Amino acid sequence: MSMLKDALESGKFGVTAEMAPPKGYDFTEQMEAAELLAGKVHAVNVTDMQSASLKASGLGLCVKLKQAGVEPILQITGRDRNRMAIMGDVLSAASFGIDTMLALTGDHPVVGDCKDSKPVYDLDSVGILKMLTKMEQTGCDCGGNEIAGGAPKFYKGASVTPVYEPVFLQINKLRQKVENGAMYVQTQGIFDLDTFKRFLEMVDKAGIKTHIMAGIIPLKSAGMAKYMNENVPGIDVPQDMIDRLAAAAAEGKEKGVKGLPGKLGIEMAAEMIAKIRDEKLCDGVHIMAIGAEKNVPVILEKAGISI
Amino acid sequence: MIITQKKPIDEVMAMVANAKTVAIVGCNSCATACQTGGEPQIKELTQILEQAGKKVVATTICDYCCMNLGVKSKMKAINAADPDCVICMSCGDGVQCVAKNANNKPVYPSNNTMYLGEAVRFGVWEESCRFCGECVLGKTGAVCPITQCAKSLVNGPCGGQKNGKCEVNPENDCAWIKIYERLQATGELAKLTETKEDKGYSKVAYPRTISLRGNK
Repeated sequence: MSMLKDALESGKFGVTAEMAPPKGYDFTEQMEAAELLAGKVHAVNVTDMQSASLKASGLGLCVKLKQAGVEPILQITGRDRNRMAIMGDVLSAASFGIDTMLALTGDHPVVGDCKDSKPVYDLDSVGILKMLTKMEQTGCDCGGNEIAGGAPKFYKGASVTPVYEPVFLQINKLRQKVENGAMYVQTQGIFDLDTFKRFLEMVDKAGIKTHIMAGIIPLKSAGMAKYMNENVPGIDVPQDMIDRLAAAAAEGKEKGVKGLPGKLGIEMAAEMIAKIRDEKLCDGVHIMAIGAEKNVPVILEKAGISI
Repeated sequence: MIITQKKPIDEVMAMVANAKTVAIVGCNSCATACQTGGEPQIKELTQILEQAGKKVVATTICDYCCMNLGVKSKMKAINAADPDCVICMSCGDGVQCVAKNANNKPVYPSNNTMYLGEAVRFGVWEESCRFCGECVLGKTGAVCPITQCAKSLVNGPCGGQKNGKCEVNPENDCAWIKIYERLQATGELAKLTETKEDKGYSKVAYPRTISLRGNK
């Protein structure tokens, strides 16, 4: 049974990390990170060609993680697969004991690195959740044909972007995701808890019941923060955080010490996680270390979190 | 209307490379409005062909190149001139209709057929409908999510807009924000709360024929 489901449904503070398959077929780096993450997180999201950048497919890394004793979350976007292909992948995933997934619409191919690829979008995130819920309820596939041996059950998740104007549209879509089977939701990176709290209040007011996991992106430098503010939808790093990172860089330069902004980023992420847990703001955190997965156990330790 | 664009002239000339005599069929409808198949464009193409040493033996302009009966009658004069080939300056539909009436002579397109669009002002056409076969405009404030959202999302926006602009083309407004604003203005925001019933794609398997006379 899904470890994440166990944790969230029993009221524990859920912890997940994120990992991308390699841009090739050597999974060594991912498996090294998996070793560090084992026992520290409830599950690891495996991205589905995030930013529409071509990688080995997520199902492969999910299988490898599962075999290495780390619970994978199969991310599924509607960008590259029609409903048949999605359902086929889900059935294969189930055969490997993978039972946790997360549905996303997916970044458009033109923003990625295989721009000529045909965008599919047969189903959006809501449609994917709806199809899988129907499969579980009816025991039938997307064509209405009975699935031999019955339908596999998945702990289904979705994403949400709290920093969004008009926020009505995000809340409204979140409600549809939950109505169609999303049991948990991971948010885009959170940097300002007041904004996050206001968003949570709106979710509450809308009567949406789901487990919310706050997205945490450990910052590596002031430049990274500025870049994300300018280019990544839904990211809004407050100026004082950027200033602190820049000050850390200046201090490092003066003292001849490398990596101070990165260390500060880890501290800030840990601080944020501890606050979220201590104030019981939401049900867990989802840490997106963007290639620095080895830092996740450090962040969790600093935040005083063990699963 | 159907929006067309002229093909690069080299591509057209390559198609007619082996022909000594050519006939040209224009279209008095959408292609005239798009300046890709009206009288001035027929004249222009005639000049180019003749400069390249070809003889333009007949030209005509159909009211609508997509209406078989009208095309049939206009093609009589073209066929009588017995050209080596015909260039049709309409949309892809017109080219096919003209070809059916061209006595087995090769028919070549001079245009690329782009989309069903709206003339927002003279010389500017915006894509407005993708013929999804299941119009949702009644629920989306008469803003088409199938066409105006780069992902054709039907249940609300993705997370990809930045400052109201689409991740796919920052010159485009996010369709779902437009839908939201429109429904807010018309007092119909409640329409957004329904998840769209997924009817699948089996009904849009092409080519389709619609007939008011029963069978095809």
